[in-house]
Amino acid sequence: MSDTTKQAPSPADVASLARPRPTHQEQPDQPVEVTGAQSLVLALEAVGADTVFGIPGGAILPAYDPMLDSTKVRHILVRHEQGAGHAAEGYASATGRVGVCMATSGPGATNLVTPIADAHMDSVPVVAITGQVSSAAIGTDAFQEADIRGITMPVTKHNYLVTDPAKIPQAIAEAFHIARTGRPGPVLVDISKDALQATTTFSWPPKFDLPGYRPVTRPHGKQIREAARLIAAAERPIFYVGGGVVRAEASEQLRRLVDLTQIPVVTTLMARGTVPDSHPLNLGMPGMHGTVAAVTGLQKSDLIVALGARFDDRVTGQLSTFAPNAKVVHADIDPAEIGKNRAADVPIVGDVREVITELIQQIEADRAAGSDDPGAWDYSAWRELVAGWKETFPLGWTDSADGTLSPQYVISRIGELTGSEGTYVAGVGQHQMWAAQFVHYERPNAWLNSGGLGTMGYAVPAAMGAKVAEPERTVWAIDGDGCFQMTNQELATCVVNNIPIKVAIINNSSLGMVRQWQTLFYGARYSNTDLQTTGQRIPDFVKLAEAYGCLGLRAEKPEDVDAVIKQALETNDRPVVIDFIVHRDAMVWPMVPAGVSNDKIRVARDEAPVWEREE
Amino acid sequence: MSKHTLSVLVENKPGVLTRVAALFSRRGFNIDSLAVGPTEIEEISRMTVVVEVETGALEQVTKQLNKLVEVLKVVELDTSGAVHSEICLVKVRADATTRSQVVDTVNLFKAKVVDVAPDAMTIEVTGTADKLAAFLAVLEPFGIKELVQSGVVAVGRGSRSITDRSLRSA
Repeated sequence: MSDTTKQAPSPADVASLARPRPTHQEQPDQPVEVTGAQSLVLALEAVGADTVFGIPGGAILPAYDPMLDSTKVRHILVRHEQGAGHAAEGYASATGRVGVCMATSGPGATNLVTPIADAHMDSVPVVAITGQVSSAAIGTDAFQEADIRGITMPVTKHNYLVTDPAKIPQAIAEAFHIARTGRPGPVLVDISKDALQATTTFSWPPKFDLPGYRPVTRPHGKQIREAARLIAAAERPIFYVGGGVVRAEASEQLRRLVDLTQIPVVTTLMARGTVPDSHPLNLGMPGMHGTVAAVTGLQKSDLIVALGARFDDRVTGQLSTFAPNAKVVHADIDPAEIGKNRAADVPIVGDVREVITELIQQIEADRAAGSDDPGAWDYSAWRELVAGWKETFPLGWTDSADGTLSPQYVISRIGELTGSEGTYVAGVGQHQMWAAQFVHYERPNAWLNSGGLGTMGYAVPAAMGAKVAEPERTVWAIDGDGCFQMTNQELATCVVNNIPIKVAIINNSSLGMVRQWQTLFYGARYSNTDLQTTGQRIPDFVKLAEAYGCLGLRAEKPEDVDAVIKQALETNDRPVVIDFIVHRDAMVWPMVPAGVSNDKIRVARDEAPVWEREE
Repeated sequence: MSKHTLSVLVENKPGVLTRVAALFSRRGFNIDSLAVGPTEIEEISRMTVVVEVETGALEQVTKQLNKLVEVLKVVELDTSGAVHSEICLVKVRADATTRSQVVDTVNLFKAKVVDVAPDAMTIEVTGTADKLAAFLAVLEPFGIKELVQSGVVAVGRGSRSITDRSLRSA
């Protein structure tokens, strides 16, 4: 984050220039006397947090005073707490480091609930710090009081209410530890105002007290052997790769496993990029809007090896008819995911990177030992079959007859002109699916989106967080006109703090995915999906961008597309917003309607794949 | 659907009961009864939860409970391998004409009269859910004015203890 810091001095830099003050010492071994607030900032420094996204307010106010003096922690003042939460998610998803957000009590804290729930669904390591009213006032319905610990219990991995200033360093240390280990997730630390104001001592590292928290990372040897045996015996095996592989940083190992076994792979919405899209065995994304090859590959397989995936309903479709002839090897760090939706023949609890590493060793050893089965490890007929599906049913789209822009074209050009080192962040809806389909992902962490919770408004703040974490990368928010209007105020944060993200609004003047369902399932009765962001242009996104101090551009015809993308790529001194006015009736295909068997996949409206023979 | 008794060892910290209870409701499981209290180890509390679920769902709820940071251990105690008991206090209508019949019932069930008023008696009875149900059925005709039950507590038979091993160092 060096160059952004240089361009935009943090408040701490300014403060330290203006009035030299004793800076915080290197992690003191001896306890030092401090306020609870100082203890909090020292703990954040000690745990390695370099960025905090937040907004001050009454109860958290004491913490913001020592924050001004910190030269290690950069605080970025956002415009809405939801933005702080998604920015922390973007920061964490782009790098694997814990993202941090901060807010005051009451409404500040409740505004964090959506991003916390989002991080919980997508296993994003985030620590949320909230101020709470003074401990004496807790329970009295005091001004700006909300029981945020109670509110966030079902959507956090764990949470704390700290009223004793001496417990602050321990709570912060444990929160970071819990957030990033095991199955990552959000942890909330709620600290009462009097604890922040009181005098206490700070020493580091604090002692952990987590007797009930022991994530299993080492897979069981017997299960690995059994998995390898099933893989050897299978005729139509498939790797079903989920977001766990991204979080476990296991892409390299996965690539080796795929190359070793020559087994086809599907990469879920959360796992795009874990195996490069250019890899011949990658069938792409499975699920409701997955490729025909990926959906059918799972459906007709005789062995599913699920790696860090959770058999989400958007992947399986109707569960009872999902991959009916497949045995299942299910590896996940969360034991509760195994057998939750689909029974596993071989359950493996463990860190997926260790699972894959051991699986590779086991398969290599088994192969060296040889097998009586002449067909062992030979999947060539199956590979040929899936390769045929991939070739026959590629992703694509039909341009509209009237020459208006196809959203798929815009998104594919953004990907092609930016390249695989860019980071792509989407909101939720049609544009998200097209971005998952038509950008080619060659590396993990290149694709950030709200998969589980489906939070509209994720893109702009998450892109901001990703750009802060990796300022050298080009970061695109590929957003919809609906999503963009939910969180676009963070453009102000981006301009003020010199965070030059690029926003592509795929503007179809509608809540597009809802409109698509209205077209298909509600007789084209468009109830409350018209946003009027084209035509009357309420608002005019170019003017809005300019009002924020961004570069605002617009493209309405195919021939304008490359020029505006190039201009955006060349503009790095401020954020760029491009209003792409696209064809309104474009739909996301292929599609398996909700609750229907994956066998019923439609390539396009009224068009099911024609199989040459029964498989 | 069948009834299962889960013993849940938890850290004795504020909010733990809420977490456990909320988990059941969030995952769509109904709690039949819930009893919480201290154990022989000061920092550890024990919850006895009776749930009515399918076997597959029971495995899921056990795994979800284990994910809670403050949950130390979850053990299912089946009817044959464990002693189950609950306590019930019942206030029954009993005047001079019926008091002796009520006392007979109390003695038959090895229950105990803990309070007497001119027109009512309060009785304490402990035992399995079956015994309590039978006792209450016999008392019913006299007129039950008030009833409170503790929820089941259970402990495994034999010398082994579920708080043994690793937990002591916790």
